Amino acid sequence: MPTYQLNVNGMTKSVDVSEDTPLLWVLRDHLDLVGTKYGCGISQCGACTIHIDGTATRSCGMTIAQAEGKSITTIEGLSEDGSHPVQEAWKEIDVPQCGYCQAGQIMTASAFLEKNANPTASEIKTAMHGNICRCAAYGRIYKAVETASKNMG
Amino acid sequence: MSTSKPIEFSRRGFLRTSSLASGGLLIGFNLFTACKPNVKPPIDLASLNYDDFNAYIKIAKNGAVTIFSPNPEIGQGVKTSMPMVIAEELDVSWDNVFVKQGVSDAKNYPFQFAGGSNSLRLGWDNLRKTGATAKQMLINAAAVKWGVDPSECTSKEGIITNAKGETLGYGDVVTEAAALEVPEEVTLKDPADFTIIGTSRGIVDIESITTGKPLYGLDYKAEGMVYAVMVKPTAFGQKLDTFDASEAKALSGVVDVISYDGNVVVLAKDTWTAFKAQKLVKVVWIQDTNLESTADHDKLLNGLLDGNDLTTQRKDGDVNKAFAEADEILERNYEAPFLPHNCMEPMNFYANVTPDRIHLVGPIQTPNGTAKSIAEMLERDIEDVHLEMTRMGGGFGRRLYGDFAMNAAKISSVANLPIKLVYTREDDIMSGMFRPPTKYRFKAGIKDGKITAYHLKEASVNSNMYGLIPHFFPAGAIDNYQVDTANYQSNISTAAWRAPYTNFLAFAEQTFFDELAELMEVDRIQLRLDLLQNVKGHSDENIKYSPERMEECIHMAVEKSNWGKQPEGVYQGFVNYYCHNTHVAEVADVVVEDGKPVVKKITCVVDCGIVINPSGAKNQIEGGIIDGLGHAMYGDFSFKNGEPSATNFQNYRLIRMKEIPEIETHFIKNDIPPTGLGEPALPPAAGAVANALHALNGKRFYSQPFINNPEGLSVPKKEILG
Repeated sequence: MPTYQLNVNGMTKSVDVSEDTPLLWVLRDHLDLVGTKYGCGISQCGACTIHIDGTATRSCGMTIAQAEGKSITTIEGLSEDGSHPVQEAWKEIDVPQCGYCQAGQIMTASAFLEKNANPTASEIKTAMHGNICRCAAYGRIYKAVETASKNMG
Repeated sequence: MSTSKPIEFSRRGFLRTSSLASGGLLIGFNLFTACKPNVKPPIDLASLNYDDFNAYIKIAKNGAVTIFSPNPEIGQGVKTSMPMVIAEELDVSWDNVFVKQGVSDAKNYPFQFAGGSNSLRLGWDNLRKTGATAKQMLINAAAVKWGVDPSECTSKEGIITNAKGETLGYGDVVTEAAALEVPEEVTLKDPADFTIIGTSRGIVDIESITTGKPLYGLDYKAEGMVYAVMVKPTAFGQKLDTFDASEAKALSGVVDVISYDGNVVVLAKDTWTAFKAQKLVKVVWIQDTNLESTADHDKLLNGLLDGNDLTTQRKDGDVNKAFAEADEILERNYEAPFLPHNCMEPMNFYANVTPDRIHLVGPIQTPNGTAKSIAEMLERDIEDVHLEMTRMGGGFGRRLYGDFAMNAAKISSVANLPIKLVYTREDDIMSGMFRPPTKYRFKAGIKDGKITAYHLKEASVNSNMYGLIPHFFPAGAIDNYQVDTANYQSNISTAAWRAPYTNFLAFAEQTFFDELAELMEVDRIQLRLDLLQNVKGHSDENIKYSPERMEECIHMAVEKSNWGKQPEGVYQGFVNYYCHNTHVAEVADVVVEDGKPVVKKITCVVDCGIVINPSGAKNQIEGGIIDGLGHAMYGDFSFKNGEPSATNFQNYRLIRMKEIPEIETHFIKNDIPPTGLGEPALPPAAGAVANALHALNGKRFYSQPFINNPEGLSVPKKEILG
């Protein structure tokens, strides 16, 4: 099995897995970064969203071979102490119900706000439309993104 | 502090205290067997380890308080709200409370489950008594130290104060308190004095959730664990004939492919390898029982509604006589499809079955029952089973069934390895359990401007409405009233699905009422109020809904939604409903945007008694409404020759961000003991939206999902031209 060098949350990690292994499972099973969640495996739900070179990306849809050489950020590395404005907004709004999808929501929101610091309501909704929340905490997810954008601005 | 009446309880059955070797007071409480005599503590307290017990309060010498939450957390918020109740009566600052999840104890926690919106309703009294008893013991200990009478002492936020103004922290007296007798009587707080209950507190796991710490079953790992994936038949009604695992076994990372009782299971070193190997196993499935189709079910269920083979669940007066004498009759049929649960975290469970112990870890709504089933299946003593509940990525009823945990335990025992069974999303949706497809026939007779007869028939797959549902509104309000049910037994597995039966019955009933009001040419809300009037003062033990509480919800919903006073272009629909012991009224506002109907807002009024955590409570209401709306609008699932119509989220639509309305929630304020909120807001949502769409376009929905009925979602030309 080939050995891959990954740049994850600012650290270099070495992993031996088959080249078609989705980054999601490398993170979860091999690097113990279980904050990135498995929801569907086909890039439909967004639970596995991470940042690749700052862009929100579905880690289930990217193989380890494709991820090599790129800068990977997971929920565990979004901030040192959980104080990223998006994480803070999630706490302030008390967003989660079951909480399972929220890491993916936070990663989608944080990459989005990095590129669009003062989004309109419609832009927020479009940005977050790809992430399923089965508990349907969508109203609070929206409010938290809005709150984070205000706090970041 | 004002106090309510003293509560007596049996010391033996309720509490055990112990000094901890590490210092501090430990109070063990047994929530549901509290008042039974001869109950032993769940474990030998002398051998107690910090991480190895049920639900307790632990107070350390530095005053830090740990509360163990007894019930499973599926997203309904009890891991926060149940400890809040203890902390309230214990009189400690919530900021100083650390919450941990209790483990399953089948012997002592018979109601340790998450279902039916019951956790707080059943736990309320004993959670309060537990906190109050601990507080009284700490006060008694301080009084002994000071040489004063305990009645001269008060407590607040973990500090005890005597008449002279001297103070002691809870941590200062825990050692003494542990040696004292447990008081026979304690006083509970007057709700007016609550400082934690009724205040919004963020969920206790928020830091872990927002930073990605391991919390869920799928996150759990153990030394030597391998990943197990089952190879599932492609259709219900099939069974294993032969299989060839040579290609799968050749894949690097595959540990083994095993077979037992007609199942084939791949074991691998990581999840992805197991998923890949699952596809490489060549299986020949052969027909075992019927390969059923939704089209067959439709005929069978309609046949049941047309036939005479129904069971009467409630019968008042004589509906047939009343129909014969009626001036007008309205009869309508309603139908709903199968629905998968689609918990975001697919089914999974860790199991390590060894001769000494059966160790189980994972997401389960019924820990006690599942532990018992596993002990029976493996012919082991229940004492061997140690089951730990993880936080769950949703439940919705699916995790009431321990089939996946049983599979995990069986696989571990056969493979003789610690394993984590993981369902792919496809396994989860295709081989899951489903909300049974259900058909209703409503028939109402009207004479002299009154509803004189009401007959509801239900035909469903595998099971029918349960408990007191046949006695819900409008039972008791109409002299001639009958509810009949029948079911067809299918090999497709069905299950409770968030607000079982009422999740669709509420829609059918409340859109039927809307239609009745129009036929009778009466105000649609006045019709409901008049019926409620008939129920007042009843002596029917089966009728648990309160006409007075429902009236209050209706009146507040009318006021808060500006019912009938909306500007032109806002179309409203009304529903009131009672289920899971909670009264709800909802009003949907529909407008037209870009030529399409849009559900803009839903106003919800809820009477669930005392609201423990308003933030969590509102989250349940918001989620319940959107869940109800989403599945009514898009939820579509069927079978053809035993094969399910959807395989994953690319062909099964769940509601998303751009499709949600604004939700405005109001709680009726009272001091009635709390009832649950995980389910009650869901059932009314679809009916409120359907009634609002009718106000817009004059069309009615008789089936779900709404998306399959373009006419019902149409916009009259005048609105588009506007």
